[in-house]
Amino acid sequence: MSWTLTAADLPDLARGATLLGTGGGGDPYIGRMLVERVLGDRGITILDPDEIADDLFVIPTAQMGAPTVMIEKIPAGTEPTLALRTLEEHLGRTADATMPIECGGINSMIPLVVAAETGLPVVDADGMGRAFPELSMETFAVYGVHGSPLALAGERGERVIIDTGDDDRQMEWLARGITIRLGGVGHIAEYAMTGADVRRTAIPRTLSMALELGRAIRLARERKTSPFDAIAETLSTTLYSHLRELFVGKVSDVERRTTEGFAKGRAVISPLDPASGDTFELQFQNENLIALRNGACVAIVPDLICVVDEETAEPITTEGLRYGQRVRVLGISTPDMMRTPEALAAFGPGAFGLSEEFVPVEHVDRADVPA
Amino acid sequence: MHIGIDVGGTNTDAVLMDGTAVLAGVKQSTTPDVTSGIVSAIEELRRGHPFEGAQVTAVMIGTTHFINALVQARRLAPTAALRLGLPATRALPPLIDWPQPLREAIRARSYLAHGGYEFDGRPISPLDPEELKRHAVDMAANGVRSVAISSVFSPVNHDLEVEAAAIVAGELGPDVAISLSHEIGRIGLLERENATIINAALRELASEIVDGLTSAVRSHGIDAPIFLSQNDGTLMDEDYVRLYPVATFASGPTNSMRGAAVTSGLETCAVVDVGGTTADIGLLVNGFPRETTTEVTVAGIRTNFRMPDVLSIGIGGGSLVDTATNEVGPESVGYRLTSDALVFGGSTLTATDIAVAAGRADIGDADLVRHLDRAMVGAVLDRIAERISEAVDRMRTSAAPIPVVAVGGGSILLPDELPIFGAVHRPENYAVANAIGASIAQVGGEIDKIYAVEPGRRDAILDEVRQEAVDKAIAAGAKPRSVSIVDFDEVPIPYLPGNATRIRAKAVGDLDMGQ
Repeated sequence: MSWTLTAADLPDLARGATLLGTGGGGDPYIGRMLVERVLGDRGITILDPDEIADDLFVIPTAQMGAPTVMIEKIPAGTEPTLALRTLEEHLGRTADATMPIECGGINSMIPLVVAAETGLPVVDADGMGRAFPELSMETFAVYGVHGSPLALAGERGERVIIDTGDDDRQMEWLARGITIRLGGVGHIAEYAMTGADVRRTAIPRTLSMALELGRAIRLARERKTSPFDAIAETLSTTLYSHLRELFVGKVSDVERRTTEGFAKGRAVISPLDPASGDTFELQFQNENLIALRNGACVAIVPDLICVVDEETAEPITTEGLRYGQRVRVLGISTPDMMRTPEALAAFGPGAFGLSEEFVPVEHVDRADVPA
Repeated sequence: MHIGIDVGGTNTDAVLMDGTAVLAGVKQSTTPDVTSGIVSAIEELRRGHPFEGAQVTAVMIGTTHFINALVQARRLAPTAALRLGLPATRALPPLIDWPQPLREAIRARSYLAHGGYEFDGRPISPLDPEELKRHAVDMAANGVRSVAISSVFSPVNHDLEVEAAAIVAGELGPDVAISLSHEIGRIGLLERENATIINAALRELASEIVDGLTSAVRSHGIDAPIFLSQNDGTLMDEDYVRLYPVATFASGPTNSMRGAAVTSGLETCAVVDVGGTTADIGLLVNGFPRETTTEVTVAGIRTNFRMPDVLSIGIGGGSLVDTATNEVGPESVGYRLTSDALVFGGSTLTATDIAVAAGRADIGDADLVRHLDRAMVGAVLDRIAERISEAVDRMRTSAAPIPVVAVGGGSILLPDELPIFGAVHRPENYAVANAIGASIAQVGGEIDKIYAVEPGRRDAILDEVRQEAVDKAIAAGAKPRSVSIVDFDEVPIPYLPGNATRIRAKAVGDLDMGQ
């Protein structure tokens, strides 16, 4: 069902989107303020993907770059809509709606900035179902809608069109290079498609799921019930139905570096009881890619690996990880359309250079997981 | 022996300590000039346990002045926030997420200018001295007396902040205080900038307070070093406070929680510290204050300090009572309690008057509040208990029962039983717990340097840095066995060769008082 999103929904949406960011996707706080600034007391129409016309013309919008840059170099504000207008101009066609390409992190917010500025509605779906570090890691691309032509805009009003035909990895490569030249953050419009394409290639209702997750965590805290039960209950009726606690501990080391436009690194989490001798490590490239418990993989991309506050369940991004934090690590299953062989080829372990095979988080040997 | 002093908005508490043993503890009204309250507190200590000035080896002072000034939006300097980063960052200018009343209280001026760096050290745009001079002229015309300068990626390269400071100072003259963001916060522009603006707004007050504290202590012939408590429970010297008052910001809660732990003997509990103006509620878990995990909101402003997770509500001994609604606060008579409250012959109905009328405390002249309506007194106290319970309930993270420890002079407002939580623990010396917390000093050693991290050497380098911080803490007087690393941060600097990385480590331990 279509619904109206208002500024009052943004804090819950930001919290849910941070959880779905699986450590990356950028802190939506800045995105939230960008939306608030232009939205005021108006509302944004959110369209249910099952109800849109087959020929609705949708141009998704997003921000790309390293999360560590986004929290420091804030946009001028004009970039996302400039990217959309640039692509419209190039295609000679105006958009009927925009849509997220990524429901996790700050990219849940960028289409809302565009919607608030232009009055366009937003389709409640996305192509990542979480956050991923590369533009080619999209169910859109996996199921036949390609990213090109892509429009990219910078804070000085720079505009770039990239057209690599159906080669989405080449598109990502070129756009990444330009983003680095722009200082690590660029705003884009890409994956233009019809309503029928959305139904065939997008993961449905992820924007509303992010909002519901954020709201469930908040309400649980207010009612003094377990926010972890609230997350599990909210997910149980979605395409992300399995939740598993992977580890509880204290952040003891975080190593990160910004290379090739990505924030790469690893985090070590020590058990609360040092006598247990357990070890736990996360490796990330913007997002958490793999969780190793006592050296064995207990969750791996594309399933969601989320670090949250041990007690409040507030999601923590990789750039927000600090020495000494007490955290819980959650594994969440992804929809079937993200686990097909074609999908795993685009954003499974191999796409990140990991040698481990994909094993659904709900199938990892139970004996290796804490009770 | 050493002296711990806690200067609150209402009361000044002092303790004379020998190690962790309390030799004497006193409570005095805070005076408008700060100084005379401390002078008389030390006099009282002397009366309780005579000592010579030369016997005192250190004076540790905790003060809530700075955070109270912000929460009450009082005594803040007219402040300008200048950010270097155009054409980037224009969407969210400085002060964008500040509450309107605070913006007005600092007569905030927000300026954007060219400058700043990309993550890899390339300039975003060159500094424009003429633009900065124009902004400085506008600042002067608007009576700005303190300036906060932030620059995009200044934790990686801060030279533009320094250059801009020189230009602004050239226009505004030496009397205008300048605070630079790279000295105050870390990566995260808005949070670092906010902390810098808070610091700037407090600079004038800091000088005034430090002058007052120093002259009060020296007037007693005490020549021992004077330290102020920082947010993390460690100490800093007076000169540092003048420049970075924001670093003392959350020392009140840290001191009261550490004091509550020592005096109550409880390791895990909720601590309710009721002062004259606010009630601060925090959680002690295994003897340590629970810290905030992500951003910290202070007086409605988002920052990225590490500090205890404390909820402040406007209920204190000096809170004004509204008899129409039976609500108290957030306005407080503060240090004027002993002249303005009814029990002291004044004409303002305060929460303390209500507590005295109900027989919960023997302060001032109880006859002066005998006329108060019983039903109103009961309703006000019930409402206070209800609001405190709600606040403790908000802070706890599970429904499991948790003991509640009440400290601070204003805790007379609390009943012996709280709704939901049952009996309230009141440790001996509860009224001066903050001063005890301040006196159980910790000292730290901090390393902040750029290292070339060669491949495969990271672990070894980090170990060296940690050890260096630990050694520094021990050299500063920490007991070696009590030292641990409390903060650690690593920022890659991609534009320098050799995998250059800025590494910061802070080690903290208990001050070795010797005997």
